Amino acid sequence: MNVRRCALLVLLCAATGTVASGQGSLRPYVIVDDAIPASLTGTRGDPGRGRAIVVARQNTCLLCHSGPFPEERFQGNLSPSLKGTGARWNEGQLRLRLVDASRLNAHTIMPSYYRVEGLNRVAPAWRGKPILSAEQIEDVVAYLATLRDE
Amino acid sequence: MIVNSKRTQWLAPVAVMLGFAAIEVISAHAEIPLGERRSGYADLAPDTKAMQDDDTANPGMLWVQDGEALWNAKSGAANRACADCHNDARTTMTGVAARYPAFNSKLGRPIDLEQRINLCRVERQQASAFAYESKELLSLSAFIGKQSRGEPIAPPTDERLRPFLEAGLEQFNRRQGQLNLSCGQCHDDNWGKRLAGSLIPQAHPNGYPLYRLEWQAVGSLQRRLRNCIVGMRAEPYDYGAPEYVSLEIYLMWRARGLPIETPAVRP
Repeated sequence: MNVRRCALLVLLCAATGTVASGQGSLRPYVIVDDAIPASLTGTRGDPGRGRAIVVARQNTCLLCHSGPFPEERFQGNLSPSLKGTGARWNEGQLRLRLVDASRLNAHTIMPSYYRVEGLNRVAPAWRGKPILSAEQIEDVVAYLATLRDE
Repeated sequence: MIVNSKRTQWLAPVAVMLGFAAIEVISAHAEIPLGERRSGYADLAPDTKAMQDDDTANPGMLWVQDGEALWNAKSGAANRACADCHNDARTTMTGVAARYPAFNSKLGRPIDLEQRINLCRVERQQASAFAYESKELLSLSAFIGKQSRGEPIAPPTDERLRPFLEAGLEQFNRRQGQLNLSCGQCHDDNWGKRLAGSLIPQAHPNGYPLYRLEWQAVGSLQRRLRNCIVGMRAEPYDYGAPEYVSLEIYLMWRARGLPIETPAVRP
């Protein structure tokens, strides 16, 4: 990282006061207002892989959300439909909502998909691991950004 | 839940009724008003309701029958049956399951019904305690629970239970696991909605032990609590842990007035 980018980062941090440094094995990211503007991996995710991640049961999305998934019989209704998500939020906003939605609403039922600290009694099999990897987060961000029809 | 807030004013007379001067426990979640509390039975499919209602179709009755045989069987070095002390459970055990967990003076802590059964096993019958989720313990607790069927849940008015009640409330609203969820986020805030395909119930303990279609067996409240804890990707407590007892105390208080349905049938 060159000096100018470093200075920019420091400025951003000072402006928002919300730098999340890397937790354990997690990659560091920078929150600006209600978004994480930069990709966690430095590259764009793959929307096709992102859709597969969203509908896979073990990733928990469809426990609470429904969406444009006609082939999926069981979809939850605790939380807003994912339809039109890409029209409501930009990629940076989607990224923060996936990484750690509790930063926007401390009482949200939405889990933090890229966080390993500040959790209680995590079962050994999951301890120290985020729900989704950085690559998976980017794939899901890329997919949700395509959902522009309400 | 904060007693001073408007939406919980109804709590004051209830607290007095329960013998508590005031319930000052803090929670981010609104408890379900008493008038809106509903047993999981209310949301069963018609055929599941019919299965619970008909003793000849309710699979839980097989455990109840086994429990009755155990009630009358002499056991342990004392060669004594439950019935030798407690006589006919149909009269002596009525309402007992509706008021457990209860404070045990000798142990200085509350115990649930299964722990009460095992205390009798060890102390009165001089026999070994039954293992959690064993056929014997489930059968005896199903048989004893069934004697309270239709009785309203009536938690004891015992001030010594209060710290455990408050601990149970705190546990109910504490986030846990990789998914960082609390019991209350689903069962207070989102009951009636669907978690994927499953209706979220209010999570009342009024039918245990119960026959769960998913288990194809009768299981205890602790087994059911562990299912949810594992679902949150949290580490379950060991069977018999005091955390389950305090959580049950809170759940029974939260369900006060609902009728016991043991042995209930649930999906």
